[in-house]
Amino acid sequence: MFGPLVVKSGSSKNNKTGSWRVETKPKFLQKNCIGCKMCIAVCPEACIYGEAKNTYYCDYNYCKGCGNCAYICPKKDIEMIKEE
Amino acid sequence: MSNTLFSAGHTACAGCGQSLAARLVIDAAGKNTIVVNNTGCLEVFSTKFPESAWEVPWIHSLFENASAVASGVEAALKYLGTKDNINVIAQGGDGSTADIGLQALSGMLERGHDILYVCYDNEAYMNTGIQRSGLTPFSTNTTTSPIGTCSSGNLRPKKPMPEIAVAHGIPYVATASSGFPQDLQRKVKKALSIKGPKYIQIHAPCPLGWRYESNILVQVSKLAVETGLYPLVEYESGVLSAKRQIVPKPVEEYLKLQGRFKHLLKNPEELKKVQDIADNNIKKYGLKAETVQASS
Amino acid sequence: MKQFLEGSHAIAEAIKLCKPGVISAYPITPQTHIVEDLAQMVSNGELKSQFVNVESEHSAASVVLGAEATGVRTYTATSSQGLFYMMEVVFNIAGLRLPIVMTDANRAISAPINIWNDQQDTISLRDAGWIQLYAEDIQEAVDLHFMAYRIAEDKSMMLPVMVCMDGFILTHGFETVDMPTQEMVDKFLPPYSPLYKLDVNDPMTLGPLVDPDGYAETRYAIQKTHEEALEFIPKVMSDFSKVSGRNYGGLVEGYQLKDAERVIIAMGSVCGTIKDVIDELRAKGKKVGLLKIVSFRPFPAQAIYEALKNVAKVAVVDRAVSLGSYAPIAADVKSAFFGKKKGPKVISSFIVGLGGRDITKHSVKEIFRLLTTKELEGEFIDLKPELLKESYE
Repeated sequence: MFGPLVVKSGSSKNNKTGSWRVETKPKFLQKNCIGCKMCIAVCPEACIYGEAKNTYYCDYNYCKGCGNCAYICPKKDIEMIKEE
Repeated sequence: MSNTLFSAGHTACAGCGQSLAARLVIDAAGKNTIVVNNTGCLEVFSTKFPESAWEVPWIHSLFENASAVASGVEAALKYLGTKDNINVIAQGGDGSTADIGLQALSGMLERGHDILYVCYDNEAYMNTGIQRSGLTPFSTNTTTSPIGTCSSGNLRPKKPMPEIAVAHGIPYVATASSGFPQDLQRKVKKALSIKGPKYIQIHAPCPLGWRYESNILVQVSKLAVETGLYPLVEYESGVLSAKRQIVPKPVEEYLKLQGRFKHLLKNPEELKKVQDIADNNIKKYGLKAETVQASS
Repeated sequence: MKQFLEGSHAIAEAIKLCKPGVISAYPITPQTHIVEDLAQMVSNGELKSQFVNVESEHSAASVVLGAEATGVRTYTATSSQGLFYMMEVVFNIAGLRLPIVMTDANRAISAPINIWNDQQDTISLRDAGWIQLYAEDIQEAVDLHFMAYRIAEDKSMMLPVMVCMDGFILTHGFETVDMPTQEMVDKFLPPYSPLYKLDVNDPMTLGPLVDPDGYAETRYAIQKTHEEALEFIPKVMSDFSKVSGRNYGGLVEGYQLKDAERVIIAMGSVCGTIKDVIDELRAKGKKVGLLKIVSFRPFPAQAIYEALKNVAKVAVVDRAVSLGSYAPIAADVKSAFFGKKKGPKVISSFIVGLGGRDITKHSVKEIFRLLTTKELEGEFIDLKPELLKESYE
């Protein structure tokens, strides 16, 4: 007989941490973006996606609203806006 | 669509420097990696049953034994003949590395296992409530070295863990920072390309424990480096082979951003001691940039 | 093949036949010869294992934990202080359901420091969830190791097994041992096939944080598995008897129980001495017998009950103390009879042989002599009152 022992890889995706946000969330303006990927590099949740310039967005299901992406963007192309 | 081996949905605090560093490390290491984790924030927030953020094989045993468990994993892979294609990473916080886990780490380094050890240095026992560790910097306010009328916080300087690792005669030792993601990943890839024991210590800012706004992680990390308080260096075969040059900034710029140091702003005598530590680092490692260039 | 071997060397030979992939241990008297012999075998190429010389017992247990989790059969050995140092890893291994086999050379516990034999070390870890088997002589110690791997690695069990042998008496004693051949062992012991492991082709997370919503079930599962082990262990012993030609009866072994009026229950090498005394007393017409416990965990309560329910007087011999309460084996034995309609009228508890003090035939006769209608509780045999004083002056 066995009890809880092993956990499936990547099963944390079931936990939608986007529900944690209370104040602000990032808005990707997709206007002046140069595709430097610094936003992706500093996101602790790995919930920012994008390839070419001005294609970057975030998965709000997981974004905790920490604000590091907006802070780091060299072109100020990400704004922290009020959470609805 | 998974763009990372450290999935979202983990329960780290918003803006946690350690979760960022952990993601950068495993993404640089790739999927042919087995991770052995000590008890701590990272283990707790990434593997609370029934959810795990890890997309690579991962094991947690106890607080102080990741180095030893990883030694066993590495020995098993050697026995099976598959070690050459598989990375083994043992990791933990500053507590499980420099304090309770120092013995197991020292044994692993001394035996020459082909393992990368990663220390996430958030400068206190964060998971149990921000208590002082051997890597807590001088004059830090923690819950077991609190400021009071008789004390200005932690009375001891950081244990020189990178130097202790170097003294074991291992091929590669480096310090890195969550605020320098590309540098961090470069160092992880470099370490994993070398056979033998490796040690990387990553400065991992903690918004809760250090008391700063979660969105200035990169600024805090950069200032730690630019004041000389957290030198970014590399040692290869025991010799200092690379260092990040800085245009030194006064320590106050770094300290004033964090609640854990705010008592120093009113205490010039103690502040001077912290500045001395930074100045000594700059001298010891030769961190001062040769030519003065305005850089952003 | 029969050879005259030192106990430790015999164990090393047995482990060699089991072909573990990773061996890691830290030296502690009286286990040292086992690991030294294994190191020599690896060094000579006779045993293709990774031999990891660790810096502490805590790390030794951690190394075998990591290796077993990677899907490789392992081995470690320790004693006394070493077992206590690795205690949290021992519990961890059982909780992770890793089928590690460990030899413990039973030795007394500090303080005072004492390197000689008693059973305090392994008995103190009886709650850990490991199966604990105790050997009477070197042959049994050797055979129990083969059975230990079979029991541990069975997919219905996946529990670690501790084979306990009295330090010095069995580790450093010499005996004629009939060592099975590699073919016999290979027939009896299939290669290790883990339930789950650290594998880059099938990644999983081992050792997660389990909160109050899930923890109790893991412990319940181990408890239930121990109950299943009460049935499984005798099956494995029976299989081994067929392969080896040596008879292993099960969780307990009776000696001259048939019409016994006074029986000693004991564990380990003392059983050999007790059997000799029984032979002597039986020759004089005394109806005495022995019930030897082989499996201490899982505790064979039912088997003990069945064996002794019609015996009037039982003496439990403990080579350990549970300071502040009843002697450990005695407490378990008494619980086996409590509330039952049948059972001994007297169950006396004797503590003997602590810190390596010899249990002689005289000591055993003393126990039989004290086994009367007057029940004794925690009676120390061969105590030296001259070493005791009421106050510290």
